[in-house]
Amino acid sequence: MLTAIIVMAAIALVLGAVLGYASIKFKVEGNPLVEQIDALLPQTQCGQCGYPGCKPYAEAVASGEAAPNLCIPGGPGAGQAIADLVGVPYEPLGGEAAEPAPKAVAAIDEKTCIGCTACIKACPVDAIIGATKQVHTVISAVCTGCGLCEPACPVEECIIMDPVKTDIGNWKWEYPTYEVKKVA
Amino acid sequence: MRTLHTFHGGIHPPEHKSESNGRPIAQAPVPRHLVVSLRQHMGAPAKPLVQPGDKVLKGQLIGEPAGFISAAVHAPTSGTVTAVEPMTVPHSSGLPDLCVAIEADGEDRWAEHSPIDYKSASPQAVLDHIRDRGVVGLGGAVFPTHIKLQVNGKLETLVINAAECEPWITSDDLLMRERADEIVKGIEVLQHLLQPAETLVGIEDNKPEAIAAMARAAEGKGIDVVAVPTLYPTGGEKQLIKILTGKEVPSGGRPYQIGVVCTNVATVYSVHRAVNLGEPMISRIVTVTGNVRQPGNFEARIGTPVDELLQLAGGALPDTSRYIMGGPMMGTPLPNSGYHVQKASNCFIAASDSLFPPEPPAMPCTRCTHCAEACPVNLRPYELQWFIRGKNFDKARAYNVFDCIECGCCSYVCSSNIPLVQYFRYAKSELMERDREKRAAEMARQRSEMKQQRLEREKAEKAAKHAAAAAAAAKSETAEDKAAKQAAIAAAVERAKAKKAEPQNTENLSPAVQAEIAAVEERRTKSGEAVNEEA
Repeated sequence: MLTAIIVMAAIALVLGAVLGYASIKFKVEGNPLVEQIDALLPQTQCGQCGYPGCKPYAEAVASGEAAPNLCIPGGPGAGQAIADLVGVPYEPLGGEAAEPAPKAVAAIDEKTCIGCTACIKACPVDAIIGATKQVHTVISAVCTGCGLCEPACPVEECIIMDPVKTDIGNWKWEYPTYEVKKVA
Repeated sequence: MRTLHTFHGGIHPPEHKSESNGRPIAQAPVPRHLVVSLRQHMGAPAKPLVQPGDKVLKGQLIGEPAGFISAAVHAPTSGTVTAVEPMTVPHSSGLPDLCVAIEADGEDRWAEHSPIDYKSASPQAVLDHIRDRGVVGLGGAVFPTHIKLQVNGKLETLVINAAECEPWITSDDLLMRERADEIVKGIEVLQHLLQPAETLVGIEDNKPEAIAAMARAAEGKGIDVVAVPTLYPTGGEKQLIKILTGKEVPSGGRPYQIGVVCTNVATVYSVHRAVNLGEPMISRIVTVTGNVRQPGNFEARIGTPVDELLQLAGGALPDTSRYIMGGPMMGTPLPNSGYHVQKASNCFIAASDSLFPPEPPAMPCTRCTHCAEACPVNLRPYELQWFIRGKNFDKARAYNVFDCIECGCCSYVCSSNIPLVQYFRYAKSELMERDREKRAAEMARQRSEMKQQRLEREKAEKAAKHAAAAAAAAKSETAEDKAAKQAAIAAAVERAKAKKAEPQNTENLSPAVQAEIAAVEERRTKSGEAVNEEA
């Protein structure tokens, strides 16, 4: 009887020590879920979800504060993946706003630009270069097409969102469609 | 005698070589109008260097390489540039692409061009020379040759790919029969550059004349001309390497990783012309065959209209319904003949429903696994097809869809006529698009984080600066400064008072003017009240 108690106590002590050590040694900093959700988001940083960027939205979803279906550029694909990850049912976002706009990049009309730097401050990914009273321009390769620069611009028709055209460089093969033979 | 190896699968489609290999290569006349595409190679399109109205000479650079994987484009003849704009190009998408249209002046006058003595020049100088002459692989993938030849480390085998396994095409066959000596000169350039332990020329055994001609020319040059069994797709780079050396190129890898470089025979001929004659890649041998009166091979300038080549081949027969650039297995279908010769155009086939009967409708997959038996890269097309139909692209990637060389063996043997290759092309382009998007998202995430960090840093710096300025001000302010400031303020107050005491311009006015002012004031107060009420 006594031996059994001593053995059990010793095992409990050893395992407790191991667990205690492990909880210090392998401590996870921050919520790893945030990183995982952030990786599923398209990183346009457009704020259409109501949060100031993709990371803040990921944090909100991880804490259960926001629904996983709010990312409009990500579309149902990203929404479904996030819902699967956090383990909540996915409901498609209804309404017109839920349709992801065709991919576009911002373009600045150099004739109308007044060099106010307002768009540079608005751009979440620093894709616009220029300086005060100097003509600005968009680095189209890094523009995410979030459209935040458009309302920031004080001049009318200076910034336009230019839809990305399909050319041979980004053309994709289509899903093969073929007739299935009708029987009777 | 060399021991040959085999690759998995393969098929024996009807060869149809005899239609076009009976006549010598004919020179196609320089056309009046040429259209030269600026995307005739794998990688980034060339940047145009000419404008409409410019005079160009034969061999003059009209498009410079834009980026690491890109190639130069040259004017195929002398004349005037009439347009630099998007035009129809032979591509599966049917989309237009940037081209340079040239109206020939008929003089065919060369621009200055000089050969390079590759034996005395540095290897890098020779590679640069090849790059500047726009030499790209003519086997089909049009990969820039100078990049392929940049090999660090020891090279065991140089393989010259002269298998020409696609049905109907005979351009490499005729080139070897007629210009074996020039090809060997090109091989010698590569041997000098790469210093391989052995050099092998692989030719399918259905081309005995070409094998004999090459063997004669290669005698005593350390080049081994090897006849390989006729089996489609022996001409695939990885397949030919496997047959000749027994070595397998790793999945997703390149031949240089196993000490092999493989180059198409027509490319080697172009290397000879670029290095020993200084001529850029402005012409190639094109097979014109299929539903034409006199099939044959023609040496045509890049940019030659396909219609003119068809005329040289006696014209397309009336029941021609469509065209194919390349072979029937891997070629690009074209709806009409309104296209122009590209560096990649080894063949144009006039197709009719009797020569190439339309595919019967596809039936459901029966899992007969004939496709897996025929696949030269050991894939399971029937499995892949299921994944792709279910849009399960990650699974398709896990089952190595990117190893597919799109040879078409699986579709050829499919008992249900399923267009398997189309599924794989679709899956590959979807996956590539996803990878592109992922890279873009990762870049956007990094840039956004950097911006946040910068903003925070700037904020902190500003706060620190203000705090420092405030501290400095508090420290330096003495009693004397304070007194001086007080005195300045007192003086300003005095000045303001004095100004108020001065005569105003509203004094001494006539009664009429004063009445007018009063009326204005009244209106103003009234409207002010009205505004306030509205608000």
